[in-house]
Amino acid sequence: MSVLTDDTLPAGPRSIRDEMIVFVLMAALLAAVPLTGIYPFFVMQALCFALLACAFNLLIGYGGLLSFGHAMFLGSAGYFTAHALKVWGVSPELGILIGTAGAAGIGIITGLVAIRRQGIYFSMITLALSQLLYFIYLQTPFTHGEDGIQGIPQGHLFGIFNLAKPTVLYYVILAGFLGGFLLIYRTINSPFGEVLKAIRENEPRAISLGYKTDQYKLLAYILSGTLAGFAGSLKVFVAQNASLTDVHWTMSGEIVLMTLVGGLGTVFGPVVGAFVIIAMQQYLAGFGQWVTVIQGVIFVVCVLTFRRGVIGEIAHYFKRSL
Amino acid sequence: MQALYAQLLVGLINGSFYALLSLGLAVIFGMLNIINFAHGAVYMMGAFCAYFLLHVMGLGYWWALLIAPIAVGIFGMILERTMLQWLAGLDHLYGLLLTFGIALIVQGIFQNYFGSSGLPYAIPDELKGGMNLGFMFLPIYRGWVVVFSLIVCIATWYLIEKTRLGANLRAATENPTLVRAFGINVPRMITLTYGLGVGLAALAGVLSAPINQVRPLMGADLIIVVFAVVVIGGMGSIMGSIITGFALGVIEGLTKYFYPEASNTVVFVLMVLVLLVKPTGLTGRATT
Repeated sequence: MSVLTDDTLPAGPRSIRDEMIVFVLMAALLAAVPLTGIYPFFVMQALCFALLACAFNLLIGYGGLLSFGHAMFLGSAGYFTAHALKVWGVSPELGILIGTAGAAGIGIITGLVAIRRQGIYFSMITLALSQLLYFIYLQTPFTHGEDGIQGIPQGHLFGIFNLAKPTVLYYVILAGFLGGFLLIYRTINSPFGEVLKAIRENEPRAISLGYKTDQYKLLAYILSGTLAGFAGSLKVFVAQNASLTDVHWTMSGEIVLMTLVGGLGTVFGPVVGAFVIIAMQQYLAGFGQWVTVIQGVIFVVCVLTFRRGVIGEIAHYFKRSL
Repeated sequence: MQALYAQLLVGLINGSFYALLSLGLAVIFGMLNIINFAHGAVYMMGAFCAYFLLHVMGLGYWWALLIAPIAVGIFGMILERTMLQWLAGLDHLYGLLLTFGIALIVQGIFQNYFGSSGLPYAIPDELKGGMNLGFMFLPIYRGWVVVFSLIVCIATWYLIEKTRLGANLRAATENPTLVRAFGINVPRMITLTYGLGVGLAALAGVLSAPINQVRPLMGADLIIVVFAVVVIGGMGSIMGSIITGFALGVIEGLTKYFYPEASNTVVFVLMVLVLLVKPTGLTGRATT
């Protein structure tokens, strides 16, 4: 049915060993960042988006479902966490829990609606649902409309780690990212992940084998949304604000772009894609709307000539799965 | 009551745009299997085309109504020939991603040169003023938009459902290989279909220029509402798209009168309800 990732699939068998080596390398590199003098704020932001893109990739790369509304999880969780921290004055760990749980709730509700259609309709429905939430957040008082929630206190995680210190915050964000990444990796390699891939490849056949495919897709959607919400909650501590930008459809487009650049259906692609796109935005910030134009050009070039993405091309060249 | 009729009229006008845009989306989807995310961008280009024709070349509204859809349609056909046709045989989602990229490029370029604020476009002299209908005051231009859109929609329906060209088109949608075997140039037909769909969007853009201001992002939010309209109506039927478009415009107008807070969201809420009751859409057949 879906041929979305036919040419992105690795040529050889999946190798858990290769992937674990790359994972350890990645973790070591990221852990060394504060020693190098690279601006940590940039890396922290990129890590949040990397986790977000990985969550998105779980749905498209392994479930074959292109969500064009993943910003709703990012933005909603951000609002919930920000509100809980600032107005209720809860501890950081509880704030993250509230944001992530809120995103899970939104995932359940929107999932039950969106999962009723497939393919192109699924994309349009998720986009419309996120626009619905956008207008709700625009009007409800707790989000403070155009201003957003600002000046959010960072507090002490578990009462020990002072998140106002950049280095401490960095390692907390890194731990969150690696934890989320491993959870996604585990999901992909679980029996559940195998069924998802089967549904992506041939849904009628999976149904004929007795799998209730709708339930699998719904579960993948909720899991993806929850992890995207977790990324949104973490991002609140980095940006110290929550605003409408994070719920807007342009953000959903950026999430798609990150994953596409890195490689749909690859394990590490979304991480690379997120760093590439965030770095691009950072360096081209002075060019105003040309950033949008450049993003559009990247979309067009990727779809026409570079459908495997960075990691997908590398994996294809070495005939490995990454 | 005056306010209610006024909102109903606004609803009918928005409904005209929904109908013209969803009609184009349905025609394009039928032939190309692509959801044209650039539809909002070409709608905006139509409005800007009218603006340029007036302020650079001195050609007025009536010329714009003719030239803008053709010019933007040609732009669309170039896009189809240079990019979209390479996606044949790939998953539908790549078409969505490609046209999303095109929309970003077009909207970004216009935003760079014109900012985000609106440019005014005057109502043509012939359509200025209004009529007193007894129960409400009808601005002539607004009445014109509704009537003209309806005529264009029905003409498109007639072209596709009742003419020989339309029959070929529908046949090519069902089975392109077989239609090619009859000696019909299907790739050229696909290009022309894309041009037609895009031209309809540009026409809607020209019609909206005097009502809504000419803005680079005028189509960006509209297209998401039109997607919801398409999900509600289904893309299987041309007449279904037209009726759903107008009906949702009217419902939105009524919401503006009775419960204005929900006017932005009512179409999306209706989409959710329709999906819960009849997942294939009101006129839709089961699609893959």
